[in-house]
Amino acid sequence: MSVNYDVIVVGGGNAAMCAALAAREAGARVLVLERSPENERGGNTRNTRNIRCTHPAADQFFSGPYSEEEHLQDLIGVTGGPANMNLAKFAVRESSQLPAWMSGHGVHWQQPLAGTLHLGRTNRWFLGGGKAMLNTYYRAAARMGIEVRYNAGVEEFVIENNRFEAVRIRNKNGDAGELIRGGAVAVGAGGYEANIEWLKRHWGDAADNFIIRGSAYNDGRVLAALMKCGAKSMGDPKGFHAVAVDARAPKFDGGIVTRLDVVPFGIVVNRDARRFYDEGQDIWPKRYAIWGTLIAGQPGQIAYGIVDARAIDKFLPPMFKPYQADTLEGLAPQLGLDARTFVETVTEYNRAAAANTEIHMERLDGVATRGLTPPKSNWAMPIDRAPFYGLPLRPGITFTYMGVAVDECARVLDQSGRPFQNVHAAGEIMSGNILTKGYLGGFGLTIGSVFGRLAGREAASNARA
Amino acid sequence: MPVHDVFEEANRQLIICNACRYCEGYCPVFRAIETRRDFQRGDVFYLSNLCHDCRACYYACMYTPPHEFAINIPKILAEARIETYERLSWPGFLGRAFKHRGVTVFLAVAAIALVAILSFALIPSSSLFAAHVGPGAFYEVVPYFAMVAGGLILFFYGIAVWLRGGAQFWSETRTVLQQPGGFNAFLAAAGAALGLRYLKGGGPGCFYPDERPSSVRRVYHSLTFWGLVCDFISTTLAFIYQDFLHLLPPYALSSAPVIFGAVGGVALILGTGGLLYFKMRSDPDPAGSGAPGMDYVFLVTLGLVALTGMFTLVYRETSAMGSLLVLHLGFIAALFLTAPYGKFVHAVYRTLAVMRYEMERGQPGSGAGH
Repeated sequence: MSVNYDVIVVGGGNAAMCAALAAREAGARVLVLERSPENERGGNTRNTRNIRCTHPAADQFFSGPYSEEEHLQDLIGVTGGPANMNLAKFAVRESSQLPAWMSGHGVHWQQPLAGTLHLGRTNRWFLGGGKAMLNTYYRAAARMGIEVRYNAGVEEFVIENNRFEAVRIRNKNGDAGELIRGGAVAVGAGGYEANIEWLKRHWGDAADNFIIRGSAYNDGRVLAALMKCGAKSMGDPKGFHAVAVDARAPKFDGGIVTRLDVVPFGIVVNRDARRFYDEGQDIWPKRYAIWGTLIAGQPGQIAYGIVDARAIDKFLPPMFKPYQADTLEGLAPQLGLDARTFVETVTEYNRAAAANTEIHMERLDGVATRGLTPPKSNWAMPIDRAPFYGLPLRPGITFTYMGVAVDECARVLDQSGRPFQNVHAAGEIMSGNILTKGYLGGFGLTIGSVFGRLAGREAASNARA
Repeated sequence: MPVHDVFEEANRQLIICNACRYCEGYCPVFRAIETRRDFQRGDVFYLSNLCHDCRACYYACMYTPPHEFAINIPKILAEARIETYERLSWPGFLGRAFKHRGVTVFLAVAAIALVAILSFALIPSSSLFAAHVGPGAFYEVVPYFAMVAGGLILFFYGIAVWLRGGAQFWSETRTVLQQPGGFNAFLAAAGAALGLRYLKGGGPGCFYPDERPSSVRRVYHSLTFWGLVCDFISTTLAFIYQDFLHLLPPYALSSAPVIFGAVGGVALILGTGGLLYFKMRSDPDPAGSGAPGMDYVFLVTLGLVALTGMFTLVYRETSAMGSLLVLHLGFIAALFLTAPYGKFVHAVYRTLAVMRYEMERGQPGSGAGH
């Protein structure tokens, strides 16, 4: 192999493409190695739709200002404190440059999507969603002379004397094959949420019942290869972000359309037809993310959202038709639930909510059940108006938290905490430096874009060092 | 795909779109989807004709094949449009033309052949192949009455079939949301339709012929449309010149009918040529199966009307004028006769769909107001 690249970018999503564009703009010869075929490129970025950015004032797309302080406080609020505060502050500060940079690479914007107005001040929506944004990045890359190879899964990093030399990619048969040399590497290859065997190490057979919302290509091979070279890890290896998705969703890559907003509108029962958690605990966008993990803790990793005729058209229409019956007794067998227990659970709930006549979904209305365990603290209307509907729910894994540790130049650290000279990481594969639990909507792309650009610039400069 | 399956399949895909909504910023189709929960035949009629086939959603969609959800909105809506065209055509058996391009080609060729045969049979060759100059030169080849009567009959036939289809479309796409739209809705619809507002992919342009957005297709379409308008103005002016001012054609090169006609002709040739060129190069994946045949027949016929018209203008003082004029009239007859049975009908249904959208989003609580 005679061609020599200054910067090899591993991955094909937002972080990887930001790194590739930034490295090219710094003058480097860049090769992007994306392990998927062209029409599935981009990993989990395909399922994104907005990015969280600091900005001083409202504009055509932001409904109001969002200061660094507030942004950082929001981040601390959901994560309980980032693992590496300096990196978190850097991400928050640098995010203010992203809209202009993205526009400069062809990204178009739009008003917040219907039903997401609560994020309109802090987050910015790119027209058409993540795949459309990636398409603009790939078009920019082609214009700038960045080479992209698809079906190029990286198997191994060759690192000698603390310095990256080459990557080995699998050939078509899946055997370790071609060695590609480069002056530096920037890795933006996602997490390991699509690797069921890996999840099983921490979750046992329950992982067989998890649904992976994003790309099936995010199987953590690149993360494992980095760790094999002695990269230090960050974040809870068991941790993932999960929401409630329809149990009928495909095992991988069902994306946004399989999520169900049913929870606060009714009750949720488990396989034993019993309620197990307060469905009305908090405003839905905040509580949205806990239900995946809650269901993962239930027997069989399954639950059922139950609503009646009053509530069925109050939430985003689901992709899969709800199960439906004119009586609760009729609905139970469709969901595989014991009819007697199920009717008992709903009746008990209805008795506790009997006095409630009106709810206000837009706020914590305090319309709660009385004398029920667990309670429903808000929006507790009786479920008594036929027909009745049931939606089966499973944990839908969005991303994993554990990744490699990096320094303030996005360089990957080894076990002793010393950086590899020219190995950089960005995006989900290093988000564990900042996110340890919870999630702040649109912040995944913030990390990917800020550290992608940083990794690209640094890789370009370290390639020649 | 059988008719029933087109609607089932459209409903399946639209339900997934409604759960996603990432494409909301591209065009009114997605905003109209959000005001519905399932998609009956009338809804699919409406949405499919509201779609301008800019294909932005296809390239943005993470669920296109090989994903198992197999979403391809431009394709399924193109197929549903064909069903609309076929169902609303009159007489019913000619609706086959939308699925079998042979029928349209047959109609077009029959119209041209009829004009040619009648001309060669009835016009003495001494007149047909002679040079004519001076006022009334054209009518020395084809008598005034034949030209006007033939043209008007076909023109009004086409308009009548369009109106009938349009009225039926309007009633079949009616939903509970609808109330009579105000003049503002009408103005908004006219502006959107004439300016091709929804062929912009929400800003960056139309993703046609491939995934790189641009405004070129809009330019070609505008050239075609406004070229046609110019030629219509030219014909109307000629009618006024002749029947009110008693000036017989041919008119001077500097006269209004000739200037409008020539500008329109050139615009039509460029516009139809560009659209044809784009269509040949276009990505077949988001295209409806069967539709391109119909599109080609329309564009070729329209382009040849313009081309033969320009040739007639250029050679009007030579002995070729007679043959060129007959050919030109033949293509005009073909255009008019196939107007209700080919791509031309999109002008009717799409304008009405845009009109309905403008009315719908004026409704309080429709949620479509963006």
